[in-house]
Amino acid sequence: MDKDVPRAHHDLGGAAKFMCEPVDTEPHALTDFDKEVDAIRQILGMKGVMTVDELRRGIESIPEAEYHRLSYYRRWIRSITDNLLRKGVITEAELRSTLEAG
Amino acid sequence: MFAPGQRVRVKDDWPETRGPCHIRTPHYLRGLHGTILRPLGSFPNPEDLAFARPAPRRDLYHVRFAQPPVWQEGRAGDELVVEVFEHWLEAA
Repeated sequence: MDKDVPRAHHDLGGAAKFMCEPVDTEPHALTDFDKEVDAIRQILGMKGVMTVDELRRGIESIPEAEYHRLSYYRRWIRSITDNLLRKGVITEAELRSTLEAG
Repeated sequence: MFAPGQRVRVKDDWPETRGPCHIRTPHYLRGLHGTILRPLGSFPNPEDLAFARPAPRRDLYHVRFAQPPVWQEGRAGDELVVEVFEHWLEAA
């Protein structure tokens, strides 16, 4: 068994770090941002632009420090953005000008 | 195809060491023995879907593992059930 290969940072099952504190299982309200990101993901799926598996692969590619810093839906929007840039659906210039326009 | 009750071993394979990949088999199961509980149907392979490649359908199974050898904790009789795709399993 080659358990010497370190687990990837997103592969958290059974990691001791997360076995020491109780998991918060209380339902919590979604923010408007969370809902908007979810809506974007659903539209991209329905239009055949991006699968949920591509979303997951993109989330797993986020560097470890950033991965743990970002909230759940911020990981999503980071992955969605990376996917859309890679597929050429949006360009970096378009993204930058839209963000600057607020 | 595997049958309920059949003993299997999760492949001791680490594709993440060979380049970009998306796999659904957790690190803690690789190389471990389990028992087929039930077939769950066949689904397009997420390892291909993740890269927008053509994705042949693969059979998915619920596989039962004794918990203590997986996480070195729990009591005898504690079990873990995980969804594992056929191409990650070999007869044991």
